[in-house]
Amino acid sequence: MKPGPFDYARPATVERAAALLAGSGFAKLLSGGQSLGPMLNLRLARPDLLVDLTHIASLKEIRETKDFLEIGACVTHANIEDGLVPDCTNGMLPSVASNIAYRAVRNRGTIGGSLSHADPAADWVSTLTVLDAEIVIRGAKGQRRVPMANYMLGTFEVALEEGEFLEAVRVPRFSKSARWGYYKFCRKAGEFAEAIGAVVRDPERGVCRAVMGATHSTPILVADATALIGQGFDAAAAGALLDRHEITDAYERQLHVEALRRATVQAGA
Amino acid sequence: MADGDIKEGKGVGARLIRKEDDRYMRGRGQYIADIKLPGMVEVAFHRSPLAHARLRGVTIPEEHRGSVFTAADMVGVKPMRAVSGLPGFKPSEQPAIVTEKVRHVGEPVAICFAEGRAEAEDIAASLIVDWEELPAVSDMLKGREPGAPLLHEHWGDNIFLESFVDGDIESIAKDAAIKVTREIRTARQCMAPIEGRGVVAWWDNRLNQLTLYSACQMPHIIRTGLCGCLGLDHAQVRIIAPDVGGGFGYKGILLAEEVACGWLAMKIGRPVRWIEDRREALTAAANCREHHYFITGYAAADGTLLALEAEATVDSGAYSAYPFSACLEAAQVASILPGPYDFKAYRCRTYSVATNKCPILPYRGVARTGVCLAMELILDGIAVEAGIEPYEVRLKALVPPEKMPFDNITKKHFDSGDYPECLKRAVAAIDVPAVRARQKRGEPDGRLIGLGMSIFCEQGSHGTSVYAGWGIPMVPGHEQAQARMTPDGGLEIRVGVQSHGQGLETTLAQVANEVLGIDPAKIQVVHGDTGMTPYSTGTWGSRCMVMAGGAVATACKELGKRLGRIGAKLLQTDVANVKIGNGEVVGPSGSVSIAEIARVWYLRPQDLPADVDPGGIEVTAGYKPQRDSGTFSYAAHAVVVAVDPVTGGVEILDYVVVEDGGVLVNPMIVDGQVYGGVAQGIGTALLEEMPFDAAGQPLASTLADYLLPGSTDVPSIRILHMETPSPYTEFGQKGIGESGAIGPPAAIVNAINDAIRPLGAEINQVPATPRRVVEAIAAAARAKKVA
Repeated sequence: MKPGPFDYARPATVERAAALLAGSGFAKLLSGGQSLGPMLNLRLARPDLLVDLTHIASLKEIRETKDFLEIGACVTHANIEDGLVPDCTNGMLPSVASNIAYRAVRNRGTIGGSLSHADPAADWVSTLTVLDAEIVIRGAKGQRRVPMANYMLGTFEVALEEGEFLEAVRVPRFSKSARWGYYKFCRKAGEFAEAIGAVVRDPERGVCRAVMGATHSTPILVADATALIGQGFDAAAAGALLDRHEITDAYERQLHVEALRRATVQAGA
Repeated sequence: MADGDIKEGKGVGARLIRKEDDRYMRGRGQYIADIKLPGMVEVAFHRSPLAHARLRGVTIPEEHRGSVFTAADMVGVKPMRAVSGLPGFKPSEQPAIVTEKVRHVGEPVAICFAEGRAEAEDIAASLIVDWEELPAVSDMLKGREPGAPLLHEHWGDNIFLESFVDGDIESIAKDAAIKVTREIRTARQCMAPIEGRGVVAWWDNRLNQLTLYSACQMPHIIRTGLCGCLGLDHAQVRIIAPDVGGGFGYKGILLAEEVACGWLAMKIGRPVRWIEDRREALTAAANCREHHYFITGYAAADGTLLALEAEATVDSGAYSAYPFSACLEAAQVASILPGPYDFKAYRCRTYSVATNKCPILPYRGVARTGVCLAMELILDGIAVEAGIEPYEVRLKALVPPEKMPFDNITKKHFDSGDYPECLKRAVAAIDVPAVRARQKRGEPDGRLIGLGMSIFCEQGSHGTSVYAGWGIPMVPGHEQAQARMTPDGGLEIRVGVQSHGQGLETTLAQVANEVLGIDPAKIQVVHGDTGMTPYSTGTWGSRCMVMAGGAVATACKELGKRLGRIGAKLLQTDVANVKIGNGEVVGPSGSVSIAEIARVWYLRPQDLPADVDPGGIEVTAGYKPQRDSGTFSYAAHAVVVAVDPVTGGVEILDYVVVEDGGVLVNPMIVDGQVYGGVAQGIGTALLEEMPFDAAGQPLASTLADYLLPGSTDVPSIRILHMETPSPYTEFGQKGIGESGAIGPPAAIVNAINDAIRPLGAEINQVPATPRRVVEAIAAAARAKKVA
């Protein structure tokens, strides 16, 4: 299990990274390497060039405005877990971060890497969807932004064009009274989730969102979940959502519905 | 220092800190991957992507010719063969490199080398192989059916061996008030020592010898097997097992890779190294544990066990692996299924079935993990029918202490012990009434509490008579050990067994200390090297403390006699007047230290009289216990679980082990063995499974798919000891190494069933995954609706 041959570059600026990506051959971006590393070793990924983003200072930056928190792509899960990143979600971000895989993975794995890899079972995929985060994308032509719900297109598939990469995420600021819930079911601690339920209720901002994640594809988002969770949890409605997404396995359905129910309870709904 | 102090401090029974931990804890262990020789090349294998196929040809790109070898190049290399003397056994021939036909995914098709492993893998990936794919056998029950694809065509079927133990079930069955029948399955598992396997091989021109380092448990057996395949004399092969990071049975096998790397080193005249990666370990190496049972227990109305009838099938994989053979597992099943119980009639038919999977090897506990599960599930079933506590059913059936030693229904000779007392202590420690009260109260989070138990005995250190009966290539005889003094009063102990986590560098030093009184700090235990140690079948079957421990004691006693004879000369007294112990030879009017005797013998022989005993102070001695039918340690496991009936998740809330390993040489090390074993048993019970698709493809090729227990999955385990000496061994010690891994699946599945029984649900399969638990509950709900 050793990787095939590849070239390696470690640019210092996002512009240089974009230029390298635009060059010839198949390039992959390296951040924490917690998924890409094993994929290289298993030779599931065979890039000509690895562009290591971890020495670009701007990708580790944090920016705060009154509306949102912007987290650079190369910020690690551990930094979020440890409170080195300010929180605007009444504890949701650090709580989710602290339960990603194992600490060794969290020390290196990054929020941008996880979202670019787009494994449906990854915590940030469901979390940033329920948070209604915005993805900041950098390309040779500059920056653009898309909502998380439009960013992930499918399993390991995201809305990055040729030569583009994820530069940062913008997380909307919760109001003080906002409540959240997050429940994931794993076979054992540190494994990928089999089901994720995530809920954000923020009446002050008019937000009531719910997500069923760790499906076979993009998370199932209910952007207005008032009917689903507003008057207690509507298990039948959750089941109907799974029908619509053609999730038919009885065990998986039971897990998804239960994960969302538990998240709903945690969110005080 | 007083005699008692030394004995309590460092001999048999002391909780001595492990000598070897000094290097392990400092990261100074020397494993295969730490060995780098000048000019060494790295090996990668091109492995079969198919489970069953004919090999039509291998195309090697022009630029890699000379760096790739196939079976066609390996003229004269013989296949690995592990026969069994059991009547009806069909042998298989396992080539190191595939010759005509591949029988499981991962079989080596070509050996490739380069300066680095990545480059070797590049070369391996560049080969083009022409296959004719054949239908595969991926399920042992289907493999038994007529018309199944044949692995070894000339057999006419896929049965390595069918065996039958008969008894008069019918006369018991007709009057038995209770009959409990179950179909029980255990998963195919992959053993997963932290260190995988690995080989470094080089040809030593000076010695005319192949030196092969291998992460193995039985260097002498590997040497014998390798000599057979490569056509070399024993003098031409030296096997060294350096520090080895866990074995569990996984490293008790002659590897295709050892044969191929040994051959390659001779062919190219350079040192070669192969390090197994985790994908190879999961998909291309030996598997273990896959059993299927149809089993029926008969009992009286009060729950007294009367008879047991079973049909057991073991998935042996594609080949009979050297040296344990494809049949050890099923032979064990038939002989140990009755467990620690006494009952009237027993019948068991077993099948060892060839399938298109990696060969199986005995894994810690060997067949006991499966038979304990099958037996203990039946006993819980009987308890439910009889309306009594599961432990009460067991107390009625366990062999009582007054019957010890006891020959059970399959003629296993239980040496000693108080099985009922062991169970009673577990019942008390887990506090059955408190658990029952908690169950009644219910949990605020809706989880269901369950209590489960298992009790079993473990035959260990079984010797010549047992293995001669199985007739496999390896039959243990007298275990040998060498004890020799060094001129500075140090003691070298040389043993043919191999320590790969058992702490033998400490415990064998404790044994020597017990006999001679020499401080363990001055005792060096040498092991794992055929060039330096006496022949031995190696480390397996919980045998080292009994066999090598007995051999070390025997050698040290003889050494003591010789030291006494020299010491008597130095003390100018008759040998009848001296005693040895406490590190010295004591006479009527003075004493001389063993160190002084050694110094005089080697460095100042002029100080010795001419008539001194010329035998020297280096002794090799052989040892067998008074009976070689094995020691029987035993243990009761009791566990409390919380089952989430919605997600199927299982949490272990409490875990108790009551263990009787006879006299414990180092109780701290035994505790460690039990902790580790239980962790592995939890893996068997809840997590570990290698599934295959219909084409014979292994579906868990990384540790993200093959789940192993981690630190968060293993609860804090409470261990209680009993110490009933074996009447047959040197100090009364018994083999204990495998015990911890045997009891957990039975105890945990019984606990899960205890929790979900109010829902009408039951599970009879390991691992008891969340999906299986949920599906069992759903099936029960459906059945209720229909009713």
